[in-house]
Amino acid sequence: MTSQDTPLRARSEAEAGRLPPLLARAEHLAGAVLLGEHGRRRAGLGDDFWQYRPVQPGDSRRMIDWRRSARSDAQFVREREWQIAQSVMLWVDGGASMRFTSDKTLPEKADRARLLSLAVAVLLNRGGERVGLTGAALPPRRGEAQIARLAAALVLEDGASDYASPDTRGLPPYGRALFVSDFLGDFDPVRRALTEAADRGVQGLILQTLDPAEEAFPYRGRTIFESVGGTMAHETLKASDLRARYVARLAARKDELAALASATGWQYHCHHTSESPQSALLWLYRAFDRGSVAGGSGT
Amino acid sequence: MTIGPVGFAAPWLLVALAALPILWLILRAVPPAPIRRRFPGVALLLGLSDDDRVTDRTPWWLLLLRMLAVAAVIIGLAGPVLDPRDPSTAKRDGPLLLVMDASWASARDWPAQRALMDTMLAEAGRNGRPVSVLRLTDPEAPVFRTAEEWRSRLAGLAPEPWVPTTAMMEEAAASLGERSFESRWLSDGLRRDGRAALLAALESRGSVTVMQSPRPVIALAPAVLSGGSVELSAHRLRAGPDRTVTVEAHGRDPSGVPRILATLPLDFAAGETVAEGGLNLPSELRARLTRFEIAGQAHAGAVTLTDDSLRRREVALIAGREDREGLELLSPLHYLEQALAPAADMLDGALMDMLPAKPDVIVLADVATLSQAERDALMEWTENGGMLLRFAGPRLAASDVSRREEAPLMPVRLRAGGRTVGGAMSWGEPKSLAPFPEDSPFAGLDIPDDVRVTAQVMAQPDPTLADRVIAQLSDGTPLVTRKGVGAGQVVLFHVTANAEWSSLPLSGLFVQMLERLAVSASVARPAPEDLEGTTWRPVQVLDGLGRLDEAGTLPGVDGARLVSAPLGADLRPGVYQGPDRWLARNVIGSDPALAPAAWPPRVDVTSLSRPAETPLGGWLLGLALGLLTADILASLALSGRLWPARAALVLAMALTLTPHTGHTQSGEAAQRAIRATSEVVLAHVLTGDEQLDETARAGLVGLSETLFFRTSVEPAAPIGVNLETDELAFYPLLYWPVTPDQPIPSDPAYAKLNEYLRTGGMILFDTRDADVAGFGTASPTGARLQRLVRPLDIPPLEPVPQDHVLTRTFYLLQDFPGRHSGRPVWVEAAPPDAEKIEGMPFRDLNDNVTPVVIGGNDWASAWAMDENGNPLFPVGRGFAGERQRELAYRFGVNLVMHVLTGNYKSDQVHVPALLDRLGQ
Repeated sequence: MTSQDTPLRARSEAEAGRLPPLLARAEHLAGAVLLGEHGRRRAGLGDDFWQYRPVQPGDSRRMIDWRRSARSDAQFVREREWQIAQSVMLWVDGGASMRFTSDKTLPEKADRARLLSLAVAVLLNRGGERVGLTGAALPPRRGEAQIARLAAALVLEDGASDYASPDTRGLPPYGRALFVSDFLGDFDPVRRALTEAADRGVQGLILQTLDPAEEAFPYRGRTIFESVGGTMAHETLKASDLRARYVARLAARKDELAALASATGWQYHCHHTSESPQSALLWLYRAFDRGSVAGGSGT
Repeated sequence: MTIGPVGFAAPWLLVALAALPILWLILRAVPPAPIRRRFPGVALLLGLSDDDRVTDRTPWWLLLLRMLAVAAVIIGLAGPVLDPRDPSTAKRDGPLLLVMDASWASARDWPAQRALMDTMLAEAGRNGRPVSVLRLTDPEAPVFRTAEEWRSRLAGLAPEPWVPTTAMMEEAAASLGERSFESRWLSDGLRRDGRAALLAALESRGSVTVMQSPRPVIALAPAVLSGGSVELSAHRLRAGPDRTVTVEAHGRDPSGVPRILATLPLDFAAGETVAEGGLNLPSELRARLTRFEIAGQAHAGAVTLTDDSLRRREVALIAGREDREGLELLSPLHYLEQALAPAADMLDGALMDMLPAKPDVIVLADVATLSQAERDALMEWTENGGMLLRFAGPRLAASDVSRREEAPLMPVRLRAGGRTVGGAMSWGEPKSLAPFPEDSPFAGLDIPDDVRVTAQVMAQPDPTLADRVIAQLSDGTPLVTRKGVGAGQVVLFHVTANAEWSSLPLSGLFVQMLERLAVSASVARPAPEDLEGTTWRPVQVLDGLGRLDEAGTLPGVDGARLVSAPLGADLRPGVYQGPDRWLARNVIGSDPALAPAAWPPRVDVTSLSRPAETPLGGWLLGLALGLLTADILASLALSGRLWPARAALVLAMALTLTPHTGHTQSGEAAQRAIRATSEVVLAHVLTGDEQLDETARAGLVGLSETLFFRTSVEPAAPIGVNLETDELAFYPLLYWPVTPDQPIPSDPAYAKLNEYLRTGGMILFDTRDADVAGFGTASPTGARLQRLVRPLDIPPLEPVPQDHVLTRTFYLLQDFPGRHSGRPVWVEAAPPDAEKIEGMPFRDLNDNVTPVVIGGNDWASAWAMDENGNPLFPVGRGFAGERQRELAYRFGVNLVMHVLTGNYKSDQVHVPALLDRLGQ
C-alpha cells in the first residue's frame, strides 16, 4: 500500500552498490597491470617477522619468543620488522573541487582519483606492501581486508570544503606516499606538506588529476565562475579573453608542482580524466618501482 | 488613418515607434545576462581582470532583430488592415445608411449579406462614420449610431419570411428624415412595386449603391392535389441552364417522428423558369404530410406548408340495414370500412347527428328512404360542397326512390327491380367492367379481370344519362353515375357495397375508385367572405430561413385577412387553426411569377461578393513572435548556452503555438492505466458532487485497508472514474453513489458501461437514503437511480436470497449494513429453475458474478477512514454501532471477494466446511 518504501530500498541498494564496483574496477585495473613484468614477490618482505636475536639485558620476559627458545638453550627475542619502511600512505583529495566533471560522459575527478588509488593499493598489496591512508583514518596494513577497508574509507571521503590540502599526519618516516589531487587550490599547504614529508624522509608520487575542461578552458561570453562548493566566485565579461592567462597560470602551477617534486625527491604526473586510467596506473606502478618502494634490495 | 493600401484601426499606437531609438540605446547599454558556471579552476582565475573594460556588447544584428520584433508588435497592435477597396468609396465620410430588403429571398444569401454588412460596418467604423440599418420588411426610422454598436447587433438581424410591400417601402421612404447620407441597398433581386419611389427618396439624400446576389432564387408553389397525385411546381427567378432540384416531402412517420416521407426531383429545362412534377403518395401517407421543401434552399420561399387540403377526410358511413347480426362479411359497410380506414377518419352514428360535424363524405349504403328533414339537411350539406356516395342494394332496388322523376339526391332515375345477370333465369354470364372513359375520374385505373357484376340497379335512359356515367359494364349499362349538386356531388354505385351483387368490393380497384372519388372531392380553399368574422390561431409559423417554429403567443388573425391580406409582421406564414379546420398560409402564392429586379441604369449595381479586407495585425504579431524566438536562439548561442536540447525545445514551442494537449492526455491515461492495472484497484464513479466523491474515495480507502489487512487482496489506492472519459475495464468493482441531481451519462458512456457489465464488471449502486421509500417509489435518489440505470443492460433483480454466494465469499453474513442497516440489497435474480437439493444448505445459483448490487445503506460512509485509520463518520451508537461498522467492512470484503472469485464459494466442495461452520 505504501509507495515510499520502493525509493528507499532503491536508494539503499544504490548506496550499497557503489562499493563493490569501485573495488571490482580497481581489481580489474590492477589485474591488467599485474599481467606484465614484475617479479618483486619476495618472501619475508613486508612480513611482520624480522629476526630472532638473543635476549639482552633490559628485555622484558614478555618479549621472549618461547617457541624459538625451546628449540635451543639460548633465549631469543622475536624482533619485528620496521613497519615504517614498507608502508605506502595514500592521500586522496576529498575536496569539493574534485567532484567536477565538464561532460556527462566523463567521470568526476574524485571518481578517477579513488579508482587509481585503490587500484594501486591492490597492486601494492599483492606486492606485499602495506597500504594505508594518511591522517587518522586508516593505518597501514596488509591483506584483502585492508583493501575493502580502503575502498570503504575512500567512498566515505567527501569533504565539504572546496579545496583540501594534503594531510601528512600519520605519515611514517622513510615511508612512501601517494598524493592524488587536482592541486588547483592554495599552493602553500601543498608545499608545506611536501617539505614536511621530505624532512621525514618520505618519498612519493604526486598525481595531478584534471578535467579536460580545466586544461582547455573552453568558455566564452559573460560568465560567473563558481567553485564547486560555492565559496569562491569570479565574474568575467569576456571569458574567452581569460583563456590564455588561465592556461598560463595552470602551466605555472604544473611547473611549480614538478619543481617542488624534484626538489623533494618526489615524482610528478598529470592525468586527465578523459584519458584511460590504465596509463596513469602504469605510471604509478613504475614510479613506485623506480623509487624502490620495496627498498629491501636497495636499488 | 490609411498609409498607402494599409489602414490602421488604432493609428495613435504608432507613436510608440518613436520610442524605438531609446530602446536601442538601452538595450545596447545593458550587457547580456551572465551565465553561472561551476569551475574548480576558479582559484587560478582569482585576480585576473578583464583586459577590455567595455562590456561584451550585444551585437548590432541581435539588436536589430529585437527592434524589428518590437516594431512588429507596435504596428500589429495598431490594427493594420490591408484594404483593397476602391479608394474613392473609402474616402467618403458622412452618415451611411444600409438598406436591406431582408425578405425571404434574401435568406438564401444571408451569411454573405451579413459578412458584407460586417465588412462595411468595420470600414465605416475606421472612417468614423455614423451608420444606420434599415430593414424594409420591418421599417423603422433610421437612427444613426456608431458602427461598433451595429456590429454587435448584426448577429441578431434576420430575414423575414415576407417581402417588403409597397406600403412598407412607402413607410420607409417617409421615415428617412431630412439628413443627407450615403445609401447602400442590399437587395434580394426580386422585382416589386414601390422600389422606384424609395430609390428616388434615397437618391435625393445622397448616392445610392445597390448590391444584390447573382445566385438563383428557387421558390416552391403550394402543393395542389390533382387526381391522385400531389402536383408541385418550382419557380426560378431567371431562366438558366438545365437544373434539377429535389423536393422533400416532410411529415411524421406512424410513430410521430418527423422525417422525410418522399422526395421528388423537379427538372428545370434550359430556358424555362418553371418545373413541375407530381408526387404519387398513398393517401394514408399523404395524410401525414406537413410540408414540402426544396432541398438545399434555406429560405422560406422554398417551403410550402400543407393544410387540410391534404389531410385525412372525414367520412360518415350510414347503412340501410344493420340487423344481420354476426355476419360481418355481409355487412354493407364492412368493405367500405376496410377500404377507407387507412386514409380517412370514419364517423359512426345517426345521419342527423353527424351532419353538424361536417364530414367531407357521407356514404349511404343501400339507404332508400330518408325523412324530409334528413333530405333537406343532406341537400344543404351537399350543395355546400359535400360528397354523397350512395350504394345500391336490395332496398334501393325495391323502393320507389327516383323512379318516375329524378330524386335530388340521386344522380339518375332507376328502373324498377334492377337486374340479375348470370343467374339461372337471366342472360348469359356475369358482366365485367368496361374500360373507363377518358373524362371519368377513374380514367387510367387498371381493371382486374376477375371483377364480375351479377346484379345491379338499372338506370332509366335519360338525355343526361350519358354525361353522368363515369363507369359502365362491358355491355354498356351504367355502373357508377354522378351528378353535381351545388358545390357538391352525388355519386351512385349501382351495386352493393358488399360482395353480394358483385366482386368489385373484393378487388383493389374498389379502393382506388373510392380514393379517386374522395380525392376529387377535396377540401376547397375557402373564399375570404366565407371566413368573415372568424379568428384563426397560428399554430406553427415559418421564419425567413424556412424553419418552422411553434407560434407561441402570437395573436390570432381574422379569417378574411388570413386569406387575402399580404404577409407581414402581423400575418406570418404558417399553419393556422380555425373553427373547424386548419389552413396554411404560404410565403409563395399559387402563381409566384418571380421576376428579376429592374434598376435604372444610373444606379450602380454590384455583386455581394467583394474582396474582403485583410487584417494584418495577426500576421505582424506572428512575425514578432518568430523574431523573438530567433532572438532567444541567438541570445542563447551568444552566451554559449545553446544546447541542442534547448534549441529543439524553443523551436518546438515556436512551431506549435497551439499546445498539444492530446499527448499529455494520452500520457495521463497511460499512467492511469498502469496504476490501475499494476494492482487491484477499487474505483468509484465521480458524481460531480465534490463532498460525495471524497466520501466515496475515503470509503474505498477504508475498504482497501481492510482488505489489505485481512485478506490476500492488497488493493492500491482507489481511483475516481469519470464515466465519460475514463476506461472502465481496469476496475473489478465500481462504487456508484447516487445523488438526486446527478447528470445522466452520455450514450457512449452507457455503451462503455454496458460493455463493462457484460464483461464481468460489477457496479455497486448506493442510493444512501436507507431506501426509505423502497425502490420503484419516488424517493428522489430512487427516481434518479431508475433514470440512471434504465439504459443499462441489467438482468432481473431480487433481494439477496439467504443462500446467495455473497453471504459466504469470505465471512458468513446474513445482513449487509452500511451506515443504515436492515434494508434489502438487490442482486441478479436466481434462475427460475434453481432448486435446493436435499441436504445442501444452498442452491446452485448463478454461474457468474452479479453485474449490479443495488442498495441504499450508504456503505461508503461506514467504510470511510482517514489516513490514520480513524473512521470519518459515526455509525449507530456505541458498541452496537461499531459492530455494525464491522459488518459493513465484512460486506465490503465479501463483495470484493465475490467480484474476484466469482462463484468459487458456490462450489459444492465447500459444503462440508461451511456446514461445520454453520453448526449444522
